[in-house]
Amino acid sequence: MMQEPAITPELIARHGITPQEFERIRSILGREPNFTELGIFSVMWSEHCSYKNSKPELRKFPTTGPGVLVKAGEENAGVIDIGDGWAVAFKMESHNHPSAIEPFQGAATGVGGIIRDIFTMGARPVFTLNSLRFGPISGNGAGSAAISRNRRLFAGVVSGIAHYGNCIGIPTIGGEIYFDESYEGNPLVNVFCLGVLRHEEIARGGAVGVGNPVFYVGAETGRDGLAGAAFASRDLTEESKQDRPAVQVGDPFREKLLLEACLELLASGAVAGIQDMGAAGLTCSTCETASRAGTGVEIDLEKVPKREPGMTPYEIMLSESQERMLIIVTKGKEQTVRDIFEKWDLPYAEVGVVNDDGMMRVCVGAEVVAEIPARKLAEDAPIYTREATPRPAPEPLGDLPDASALEALPALLEHPSIASKNWVYRQYDHMVRIGTCVLPGSDAAVFLVREAGKILAATSDCNALYCALDPREGAKIAVAEAARNLACSGARPLAVTDNLNFGNPYKPENFWQLRECVEGLAEACRAFDTPVTGGNVSLYNQSPAGAVDPTPTVAMVGLIEQASHITTQGFKGAGDAILLLGEPGNELGGSHYVKVIHGRKAGTPPRLDYAREKAVHEGVRSLIRMGLARSAHDCSEGGLAVALAECCFSGPETIGADIDLSAFWTGRADELLFNESQSRIVISVRRENAAAALALAQWQGVPAWRLGFTGGEHLRITAGEREWTWPVKELREKWWGAIRGWMEAAGEGGKAEALAPTL
Amino acid sequence: MKAAVIRFPGSNCDQDCYYVLKNEFRLETEYVWHKEASVEQFDLIVLPGGFSYGDYLRCGAIARFSPVMRSVAAEAQRGKLVLGICNGFQILCEARLLPGALIRNRSLHFVCEHVRARLENMETAFTHAEVTRSDGKLLTARTGLLLRMPVAHGEGNYTADEQTLRELNRNSQVVLRYADARGAIIEGANPNGSAENIAGIMNRAGNVFGMMPHPERACDPLLGSEDGKLIFQSVIESAAKRGKSSSR
Repeated sequence: MMQEPAITPELIARHGITPQEFERIRSILGREPNFTELGIFSVMWSEHCSYKNSKPELRKFPTTGPGVLVKAGEENAGVIDIGDGWAVAFKMESHNHPSAIEPFQGAATGVGGIIRDIFTMGARPVFTLNSLRFGPISGNGAGSAAISRNRRLFAGVVSGIAHYGNCIGIPTIGGEIYFDESYEGNPLVNVFCLGVLRHEEIARGGAVGVGNPVFYVGAETGRDGLAGAAFASRDLTEESKQDRPAVQVGDPFREKLLLEACLELLASGAVAGIQDMGAAGLTCSTCETASRAGTGVEIDLEKVPKREPGMTPYEIMLSESQERMLIIVTKGKEQTVRDIFEKWDLPYAEVGVVNDDGMMRVCVGAEVVAEIPARKLAEDAPIYTREATPRPAPEPLGDLPDASALEALPALLEHPSIASKNWVYRQYDHMVRIGTCVLPGSDAAVFLVREAGKILAATSDCNALYCALDPREGAKIAVAEAARNLACSGARPLAVTDNLNFGNPYKPENFWQLRECVEGLAEACRAFDTPVTGGNVSLYNQSPAGAVDPTPTVAMVGLIEQASHITTQGFKGAGDAILLLGEPGNELGGSHYVKVIHGRKAGTPPRLDYAREKAVHEGVRSLIRMGLARSAHDCSEGGLAVALAECCFSGPETIGADIDLSAFWTGRADELLFNESQSRIVISVRRENAAAALALAQWQGVPAWRLGFTGGEHLRITAGEREWTWPVKELREKWWGAIRGWMEAAGEGGKAEALAPTL
Repeated sequence: MKAAVIRFPGSNCDQDCYYVLKNEFRLETEYVWHKEASVEQFDLIVLPGGFSYGDYLRCGAIARFSPVMRSVAAEAQRGKLVLGICNGFQILCEARLLPGALIRNRSLHFVCEHVRARLENMETAFTHAEVTRSDGKLLTARTGLLLRMPVAHGEGNYTADEQTLRELNRNSQVVLRYADARGAIIEGANPNGSAENIAGIMNRAGNVFGMMPHPERACDPLLGSEDGKLIFQSVIESAAKRGKSSSR
């Protein structure tokens, strides 16, 4: 039965291991690896598990701060203090490649994986966000086969996230979705999860205590997801569809049981160490727990619960079957594990023991089938600094026609990247756990954690168009925008998790983008005092057409001091004064106006000024705390005009606005209305409070301007003699119905994918 | 006076219901695990939302065979108050404690949003009370009152044969219907395709009530609505009254 293939150069290459890396393996082992060991090294030394191409870059992130309880890289997720003995664990992860091949399961298991990362820390997961990127879904005509494919991927991913999150009962309360040609064939699916715990409940993933038994709990191991981590560390090609066995199948019901059972077990005090089996499954969890604790782990594969007979050690060690955990149990407490897992009707097995020789030893009965120094396997992957070549500077804007503003605003509002995402979030249970204080669609999600009496705000942001044109500035802006969104919701930022989505790092231009973005993120995180608590790197995001736009997604978490500070973007009533915090700006480069209306990705994207950005955040928070700001919304894609329109129809009732921008006129309507200069927030205050609000802003050194008043049924903007008027209801209909229109009128609302799979 | 929140392995609104009963209504509340045999000691039984057993077959189809459901059925027979929310409603139908069935939403998509449910019968054990909202305003049960509550389900499309629908109507067993902002029972206000916009029904005896909207998600102004309090206040008052009249 154990007739294993011989180790040939071809076999080594097929595992994605270079000749130099193979030499390193031989020197670690002091002999030739066997087939199982080769497989183990190939997944542990994949980019997904080892970060071998990104580690030197990731070291540039600020990772410490007074509130950081568990640092990036230390455990499965970072942990941040939120006061009164409470803490939050959060992290973001990608499932891009699986979703490209099998969108429903790819996205579903992405949700499952990140939720496990959070409860592994001892935290109860309370909400998720997601950040998604697809190829264009709008338009018919030319390229419609590609558009149909994009729609199917989009519908499938949304259904998969809904299926998993809804069933497990963790609300999906926000996120972002963009559509751009660069993601065609290689969508991005980044999922964020946050959990809550007491400081003393933080669980560790170390195989501590020599002699402690090692338990396997959760679903049986099958052949699904074989070597998914290695699969995720390659380019997507036409042949990738044949990799479908590398996509795992998720069972959210099992995960729900596993979550409850693990939290119950952690509370019992029987756990010495715990780690989920995510990427690289049993391999990663055994060698990493041993490596962290400086111990060794020995497991017997005969004892591992299996879904099918005849699985080889190679298959068992590399399987990425979902909903499994490895638990190091304090000796003597084995019965507690059995009782709890029997209560929840989950498989469990004592599969091994912690030893002191530093080896990860895999046996089948008495026979040793793999024996590798755990620490070297987990920590000593080769580290590469790739060659980096700057991309050419972006194409200048040149002579840009000043398009009709009257038509440009509705066109921007119905562009799927800007349009309402209600077609998506309506499919997600976003209200379970009775904490969602701000429904999806505002600047940041706001969630009340009842057990802790804390109000959290969270957002995920990245304008990849900026990053494509100027990766460093784009990455800085991603952090600034996240912090700005939190400020608009009334929150003070605490920390960041990131998901770096880039193309093949062996291509010097791609690696340059990665480095520029990381340095931009690092600089901005320092500026906003938000340490990076962990995250994920996803390279090789490319299809035959090329790499995706560099997409360093930033998810930021903040704290709102009291319920009365929770602020949303919609205008609250007629007769309020509308103010702008920040400068009017005139930067059109890299704007959505240029992309959507003129069909170009061009120009130098906006510049970020930290001092002004921070002043604007402080200004809006002060106005909120003093009870002056009734609404707050930042200007992002589509500029001031889109922000104003969104304020008009995001409140409980749609409401018009009368705006006078004469003071900002520079000679071009598009510059006036659609520029994307940073550090700008639109707020509304009661008419009688306008003077006080302006004075307070000025006293804080924040530029502040009167724009006009709310009221009526039209958005009316004037600048000198120029005037543009739009009926708010019509704008709202375009914005609200655009995505549904493309997905349902076209008859490809992903109805087939919307059905849960029969398991 | 004691309430039970039944916990199936895949229940996921159990903690929400427990929190509301215990903290908003200060009611002695306990979880009852699905493997337990009796709910006799409780005055009010709540079947919360979720995916009871994963529900890969049909929502609630397996839950009805669980040990605890035998006791729930027996207590319902004896007139005890049973409130089923969302998946709890599905389980009550599967267990034949309520007529009809809940099938896949007409759109085939899961739907989560605030809806308005019109109160069709204000004289039930579940919908007769008056509650004070946090802003001091009263919310008083009356026929035609609109309750704003969230729905969140993939299978909430209520269906029954014509005779059953006739009987439900004749006996005033239809308690809630989806309505628009003016209270009109129209197709556009129906989130899932339910027959006659039905959002909640009770049994003939009036002690078992199932509803698709989530009242537990509408008991806090921070969440955008307190209308769900009317349901809990009613059922708690009814259970207390029943407890007194049948006190041994």
